[in-house]
Amino acid sequence: MSWFKRVKEGITTKTEEKKETPDGIWEKCPSCKKVLHLSEQLENQYVCVYCGYQLRIGSKEYFEILFDNNEFTELYPDLTSADPLNFEDTKKYTDRLAEGTRKTGLKDAIRSAHGRLHGHDLVIACMDFSFIGGSMGSVVGEKIARSIDYCIEHRIPFMIISKSGGARMMEAAFSLMQMAKTSAKLALLAEQKIPYISLLTDPTTGGVTASYAMLGDINIAEPGAMIGFAGPRVIKETIKKDLPKGFQSAEFVLEHGFLDFIVDRREMKEKLASFLRMMAS
Amino acid sequence: MNDARVVLFFNNFYLYRMKASFDFEQPLVDLEEQLEKLKQVADKSKVNVSATIRELEEKLEHTRKEIYSNLNGWQKVQLSRHPGRPYTLDYISMLCDDFIELHGDRTVKDDKAIVGGLGSVGGQTVMFIGHQKGKNTKERQYRNFGMANPEGYRKALRLMKLAEKFNKPVVTFIDTPGAYPGLEAEERGQGEAIARNLLEMSVLKVPILCFIVGEGASGGALGIGIGDRVYMLEYTWYSVISPESCSSILWRTWDYKEKAAEVLKLTAEDMLSNKLIDGVIPEPLGGAHHDPQAMASAIRSKILSDLKILGRKAPAKLVQERIDKFCAMGVVNEPAS
Ligand SMILES: [Zn+2]
Repeated sequence: MSWFKRVKEGITTKTEEKKETPDGIWEKCPSCKKVLHLSEQLENQYVCVYCGYQLRIGSKEYFEILFDNNEFTELYPDLTSADPLNFEDTKKYTDRLAEGTRKTGLKDAIRSAHGRLHGHDLVIACMDFSFIGGSMGSVVGEKIARSIDYCIEHRIPFMIISKSGGARMMEAAFSLMQMAKTSAKLALLAEQKIPYISLLTDPTTGGVTASYAMLGDINIAEPGAMIGFAGPRVIKETIKKDLPKGFQSAEFVLEHGFLDFIVDRREMKEKLASFLRMMAS
Repeated sequence: MNDARVVLFFNNFYLYRMKASFDFEQPLVDLEEQLEKLKQVADKSKVNVSATIRELEEKLEHTRKEIYSNLNGWQKVQLSRHPGRPYTLDYISMLCDDFIELHGDRTVKDDKAIVGGLGSVGGQTVMFIGHQKGKNTKERQYRNFGMANPEGYRKALRLMKLAEKFNKPVVTFIDTPGAYPGLEAEERGQGEAIARNLLEMSVLKVPILCFIVGEGASGGALGIGIGDRVYMLEYTWYSVISPESCSSILWRTWDYKEKAAEVLKLTAEDMLSNKLIDGVIPEPLGGAHHDPQAMASAIRSKILSDLKILGRKAPAKLVQERIDKFCAMGVVNEPAS
């Protein structure tokens, strides 16, 4: 696929940092501030060629990186959020949803798909941070739950790529219960002895950390990803102290024993293939 | 302040704690004052005011019923935090003929914000687990205001596994402003601890009953909240976030907490009508703190009758029904295929 075709579709980065110039699309690396052209981002799995920063990407890019030939069947693509509480704060929830879809072309904050990774069947449910901060509401919970049913039915390993600000407030307790629902389904998957890989990417926080993201047979993360339960601001206000450097980074979480390893996106597919191969043989 | 005034100050403080009243209770406070004055007049003078007193008492009773049956979300949130409410250990002592508290997660420490142990209720051995708040400043700090660290959730899980091993049912009492957002909590995996409990509780092979007896704040509440039956007491709340935090995030100010309490639909009544809990347990007029014994006795009947039903189910069926119940929660749109 030529990268130029993708330009029209747009990639999920902040528009203010994305510029179109005669020599193509470029954006500044949020970490080293150097200019990255889209062509080199695509060649490099959206990792900064200068400093190794893992740019924030969405389901579209992850599927492209991980599934063989970018071929996959999307599962339950038509689920959309209802508004069971008629929620309205400064905006109506239904307006937020419509705006999210307009801006991103996505229907909610997760997409699930069945494809192959170096020949191994795999279902990946991947969160999209660009849709209402990757927040977990009923659609996220339901898609994960049904994907697990699908994995059990077809005996296929499961992977979730988390990237989320936590539960979706606009669905209140319905969101909270998605933590229970996804964890219960994962218990069933575990009973069937089907592998579950949890990949935590930047950022993974709140109710997502406190449910499926931390329940992998292996929990892995991308370098530098922010991973935590409570937000750093809340913690700082609570303990009235400055937080140590690197607090809640993937490296910090690995050091404290909650991750199996950290993997650079450029080596991810190979490493996952090794894991799937070893689990299967 | 001289000594007498110190004593007076503390007496007043104590009275305040027990009788703490909220804005919406002001009409009752006024009526009680009127009644008190009238009684003093009656004592001193020979004037017969008994009819007036009776009238006032009836009015008080009527107003009380009127107020407590029309509370809004925010008012119930306030009542759920009333410092005089019974906490887990109070309920345990009222429910059990015998109780042995068990401590520690066997890994790091004993979390004081979650307590647990074996208790005997009507001849039946039950594993009790619950958040514990403190009754005074010192105790509140000791209990970390009912905000558990990962060790608390891991202690809870250890006790549940113990219960499962010896085929004893589990009863949890939920009352927390949230899991503790601290530095060590993150280091020791607050998220993992809660997540693990959600998974393990959903497949625990013994009956689990959960009672929200005060505040049910988010993951910190859910971490001991996966039950075959989940009940909320009448004046409690349960949601994904506290109304204050919701206000500060969505409105960027603390001023919309009342509005947040309304839109979150966090009351027992709303939670039941959204099918996110299994029942509401009525509280004594004015709240559980007005008659802790009556409250405990209502909980006790619930425990005994539910355990009778759940105890007859095969473990596999019990677990399957529990999982099915939680998996049915959530509302999505899906085009007809
Ligand atoms: Zn860079």
